[in-house]
Amino acid sequence: MRDRMKKIKNMNKNTKSNLITYGIVIVAFLVMQTLISTGSISSLLEGLMVPLCIYIILAVSLNLVVGILGELSLGHAGFMCAGAFSSAFFSKCMKDVIENGTLRFILALLIGIAVAAVFGIIIGIPVLRLKGDYLAIVTLAFGEIIKNLVNVVFIGKDANGFHFSTKDVMDLNMELDGEVIVNGPQGITGTPQDSTFFIGVVLILITLFIVINLVNSRDGRAIMAIRDNRIAAESVGINITKYKLMAFTISAALAGGAGVLYAHNLSTLTANTNNFGYNMSINILVFVVLGGIGNIRGSMIAAVILTLLPEMLRGLSDYRMLIYAIVLILMMLFNWAPKSIEWREKYLSFGKKKKEAVK
Amino acid sequence: MAALLDVKNLGISFGGLRAVNGFDISIEKEQLYGLIGPNGAGKTTVFNLLTGVYKPDAGKVILDGQDITGKKTIDISKAGIARTFQNIRLFSKLSVLDNVKVGLHNKHHYSTIEGILRLHGYRKVEKEMNEQAMELLKVFDLADHADYLASNLPYGQQRRLEIARALATEPKLLLLDEPAAGMNPNETGELMEMIQFVREKFHMTILLIEHDMKLVSGICEKLTVLNFGEVLAQGDTASVLNDPQVITAYLGE
Repeated sequence: MRDRMKKIKNMNKNTKSNLITYGIVIVAFLVMQTLISTGSISSLLEGLMVPLCIYIILAVSLNLVVGILGELSLGHAGFMCAGAFSSAFFSKCMKDVIENGTLRFILALLIGIAVAAVFGIIIGIPVLRLKGDYLAIVTLAFGEIIKNLVNVVFIGKDANGFHFSTKDVMDLNMELDGEVIVNGPQGITGTPQDSTFFIGVVLILITLFIVINLVNSRDGRAIMAIRDNRIAAESVGINITKYKLMAFTISAALAGGAGVLYAHNLSTLTANTNNFGYNMSINILVFVVLGGIGNIRGSMIAAVILTLLPEMLRGLSDYRMLIYAIVLILMMLFNWAPKSIEWREKYLSFGKKKKEAVK
Repeated sequence: MAALLDVKNLGISFGGLRAVNGFDISIEKEQLYGLIGPNGAGKTTVFNLLTGVYKPDAGKVILDGQDITGKKTIDISKAGIARTFQNIRLFSKLSVLDNVKVGLHNKHHYSTIEGILRLHGYRKVEKEMNEQAMELLKVFDLADHADYLASNLPYGQQRRLEIARALATEPKLLLLDEPAAGMNPNETGELMEMIQFVREKFHMTILLIEHDMKLVSGICEKLTVLNFGEVLAQGDTASVLNDPQVITAYLGE
């Protein structure tokens, strides 16, 4: 026991700060779970738990590109879309083949992540040649392209196998017993609802684990070196393209994971502006910016506050968005105003740590 | 003894401007070589040509028997040329220690998976990297500041950190671009001592660009003077600095 105490004492500040991050997630989960099981929480709020997990994963993964790589990407919802549709497609096809819900979900998760990662690579290769505003605009466009692509895809399955069309259901030419799986703008219906709050929290922890450990490894240092000074990074022999693509792809893959969670939380999966369009991408970016760019714990907290707030304020109806806007401004000030940073460094220990080593 | 760096007839044009033309230089192992010249003479362009930032349109660069003409910056770094910059380029949001560890990047390897899962390879290699980086920081008197953000260091220490980072890549040749820029005479004196110390301790070959004549005449063994992109004079420090042509180029007619 004493050894363990010693070990904790000797741990460097970073490790400690990371453990606190994991701890916050686990404690929050336990508290919410207790509240849910004792029934002291509204069903509306209970239904919000999985979306909350999705937003947190998206915010943390986008932070990898915006905060750690230092490039502005506005196509994050597109990768989420790729993960959602590929995994929903798989789950619907395998609904009767694999009876075990957990196994099916894990496989769907792996597929969703892999597909999103492939999209990340394909889009990343041309897009990462650009910088700043140009990169933002092009990623925005690619995000919209992914969303619109799934809106014109029709896939059906009958005794002869899969049928594919970009026109309509009739064009699939299926036998009478055929089943439409992806129905264009109507999306995918009847996906098994495997997502639970518990799975969501596990995915958050995995996402945090990947992002935090990546940042504190050799590859993470290379990525941050590129962010801080590209020319110097090149001069010490760092492969710029490789590490930019690595950060972008891992971020896309994690967003794909959030998409899988999303797809298996609803019975009907459609792609529209609000869930996979630029509205969503910008929403995620707001979490990242307000939580503090590069600050992983901050983006988590921002995602929670900004998701719960509109629901909590439902009673105020018309004033809801007004208060939401004021909270945005206050959070901005809290995070970025020099006076507030000074205050935080004085009174809150984690602010001090941030100054020494932003990780 | 064959020269460590052998450059023949190096040249580059930007549009109609011949920025560097017919540049020759030959640097022996463990030599301290100075490259001087008036503003705009093309000194930094030569550095950029040597490190692959620009591709030369004429000439050859041989480093330790290996032809590195027109190669990419990464490959040249791996071949053994490291540099510092005229305007300091540190990884400002990384700690001092991490700056040096980025310099060690290509000397130590473990896979991304090992890094994320914190496997044995990660722990072993990170430990080695930490030890090596701390050793370098000790040499440069920066070990006490290992946890500081690089941007929070005072100017002189930032310069030292940049040299430490360059040395972390274990180069054969170190290029210093105006290391004494913005330093007072005291700091310049310390810097001179440090450059000589680095040469002796690491058996380093150093090519430096400098305007401070006290520094140049104090430590450089040989000099090349560049004017309007062409070599004006070359040879032992004392004889070059007394060359009437060189004096004219610097002071005017």
